Amino acid sequence: MTTNESTNLEPRLELRGVTKIYPTVVANDDVNLKVVPGEIHAVLGENGAGKSTLMKIIYGVTRPDRGEMFWEGKHVEVSKPAEARRLGIGMVFQHFSLFETLTVAQNIALGVDEPFDLQQLSDRISEVSHRYGLPLDPKRLVHSLSVGERQRVEIVRCLLQEPKLLIMDEPTSVLTPQAVRTLFETLRRLADEGCSILYISHKLEEIRELCHSATVMRGGKVTAQADPRQETATSLARMMIGRELPVFEHGAAKGDGTSRLVINGLSRRSDDPFGTDLKDLHLEVKGGEILGIAGISGNGQQELLLALSGEKPLDRSDAAAIKIDGHGVGHLNAAARRDLGLTFVPEERLGRGAVPPMSLSENSLLTGHRNGMVRFGLINNNKVREFAEKCVKNFDVRCGGVQAAAKSLSGGNLQKFIVGREILQKPNVLIAAQPTWGVDVGAAAVIRQELIDLRNEGLAVLVISEELEELFEICDRIVVIAEGRLSPVKPTAETDMEEIGMWMSGLFPGEEADNREIAHA
Amino acid sequence: MTETMVGILLATLGAGTPLVFAALGELVTEKSGVLNLGVEGMMIVGAVCGFAVAAESENLWLGVVMSVFAGAGMALLFGILTLTFQANQVAAGLALTIFGIGLSAYIGLDYTSVALTGIQQIHVPVLSDIPVIGPLIFSLDPLLYLSFVAFGAITYFLYKTKTGLLLRAVGESPESAVSLGYPVIAIRYMAVLFGGAMAGLGGAYLALVYTPLWVEAMTAGRGWIALALVVFSTWRPARVMVGAYLFGGVTIIQFHVQGFGVDIPSQLLSMLPYLATIVVLVLISRDINTIRLNAPASLGKAYHPSV
Repeated sequence: MTTNESTNLEPRLELRGVTKIYPTVVANDDVNLKVVPGEIHAVLGENGAGKSTLMKIIYGVTRPDRGEMFWEGKHVEVSKPAEARRLGIGMVFQHFSLFETLTVAQNIALGVDEPFDLQQLSDRISEVSHRYGLPLDPKRLVHSLSVGERQRVEIVRCLLQEPKLLIMDEPTSVLTPQAVRTLFETLRRLADEGCSILYISHKLEEIRELCHSATVMRGGKVTAQADPRQETATSLARMMIGRELPVFEHGAAKGDGTSRLVINGLSRRSDDPFGTDLKDLHLEVKGGEILGIAGISGNGQQELLLALSGEKPLDRSDAAAIKIDGHGVGHLNAAARRDLGLTFVPEERLGRGAVPPMSLSENSLLTGHRNGMVRFGLINNNKVREFAEKCVKNFDVRCGGVQAAAKSLSGGNLQKFIVGREILQKPNVLIAAQPTWGVDVGAAAVIRQELIDLRNEGLAVLVISEELEELFEICDRIVVIAEGRLSPVKPTAETDMEEIGMWMSGLFPGEEADNREIAHA
Repeated sequence: MTETMVGILLATLGAGTPLVFAALGELVTEKSGVLNLGVEGMMIVGAVCGFAVAAESENLWLGVVMSVFAGAGMALLFGILTLTFQANQVAAGLALTIFGIGLSAYIGLDYTSVALTGIQQIHVPVLSDIPVIGPLIFSLDPLLYLSFVAFGAITYFLYKTKTGLLLRAVGESPESAVSLGYPVIAIRYMAVLFGGAMAGLGGAYLALVYTPLWVEAMTAGRGWIALALVVFSTWRPARVMVGAYLFGGVTIIQFHVQGFGVDIPSQLLSMLPYLATIVVLVLISRDINTIRLNAPASLGKAYHPSV
């Protein structure tokens, strides 16, 4: 049954005037939304636009301050997820709601409201997962699953309830392009069977490809209703961020092509039993280039970053496994490596990149103290303030002055400050992990342009990111990390997302495809 | 010879049982993600309350019931502090122990010289008279049988029922449990109260069966050993049992060694059960994967409901 021509169908879900106010922010402001049976409806917006809050209200996790919800024409109050499930609403969370040390079947048992019989449930899981082309082994422990497989667990958990409305919160942010295609097939099939789908995303191309209609949100308000199939990515972006998407200029780089950061045969066992061991990594980052490392999270990125930043130095005998401008630094700690001109922007802004309750000027002292801010163990507060002010000014950090606490800044502004702090120290090598994660489009553009400028200055820049689009935008060369191994390096111009996506699932040249399967991703 | 062996085994069971109760209770509490360091305090308050009620009413079973409620009452106090008011679990647990030791000394002032006939072993006609098996299986005291039942029931509950699965899930990731719509705080309260009741039973066993009398500070660190048992057993009930009886066994053997007049200072020998239990458990639980798979990931962290 195809129900996509749905203009005169009764809405399955309707929201009227939903408002949710948190102490510091209005998350939803008078939001209206209508979804009809069989429709894939996009909710489009930037980070912080209020999409996730709205979905939590529909699923009964959060209660709205004002507004009404209608289900199949009837007024309903959903105060718990169990009630939402009873109505036929299923939700796949952005940060999965799974328990790592339990099996697939046990996880699913906790999310369905029915008698507890693991054996019978396992049979149904196998049956449903095969029917929808989402193979799952009910007996596996969740921590041993890849990110894509974990998402399958969440989807199958919803499908077992035979939902009438499925909410998908940023479902593709963790998937390879190939896995995204499989997911879309499943969703289209569900919609054809009459299930409504609310698809939350900020990825414009995906929405144009998949969705029948779109509600665009900005700053907690609905700013537009559109048919994404009739729109271009540019017009959707304008609705979402209120202006045009920025374009990047690469220009010529100064570098003379010498290798500034060299990884030579780096192997290491992970301390975390669920971590990934690094296996004989080789990589050279030249002056005047941005090298990107792509990969699905949990494939050794954390371990590689700890080894590169010096937070977990190697043994003295492995000193030569990491070289900065010819110096073997493998055994040196983070401070000693910074003395040699390495700077590092970690993934976690609060707690690792900055101390949340400390002011911006105190935070600039943390890594900037080499620049004459400390003499004979005493802090020169004027110098520190000057440095922080320069950073705020040069990098367009919007804040309440340099005495503002780091935690009071928005993610994008704090990230601009941290990147700026590292750049102002005139490094030789910059390593950035997920530099624009959770950052709004405007700030992300500033940060990406800064990285490109550094490259033009002749620095070596290494970027580790899960966002393929970002890597293709800014990198000169690209490499994939999968299961603790590195793929061959390719100039960005000579490859495409298709190939890199394939490599991300562990299948790249020189890698024996022993017991690995594509489906693993 | 056989009789000595049977005697030692029986004494081992007796010495280990207070630990079985307290540690199994704490295991359930910790599986829900709450670290209650107040086991010693809950145990000793359970012991003195049980003893006092038994002495006053001359009904031993009323005493046992009182111990259970006293232990649970102490746990309720801990729950209000840490679950409702989100106080630090470590600090609150330590305070609970110190409070419990002081409170028990005060309650017990009038009972230090009271003599009481403890709970006796049962006697099954014919069966109890079989050599070796008889005394070891058919004529133990009722609370000892209860400890076996508790072990079976807790194992079944944790690994075979949905509520047990939910309890483990809450200890693993309270955020995920909430997003699925489960009442994390209520579940943790249940687990904390159960842990307190079991610690109280452990106290009752000490004061009404093992040494039927009240002495100040009579738990002598058994609450702490129970806590160590839970950690070093990597949160698995069967290993808790092994650890508890190991402690019991070494306690009894060092008594016998002292009895033979071996020339080792008795203080050193008294240390032995504590030391041996911890060393052995550390050795059998070194595998980091088992720890990760069985340890409650959110242990000791307060859960702040954000909605």
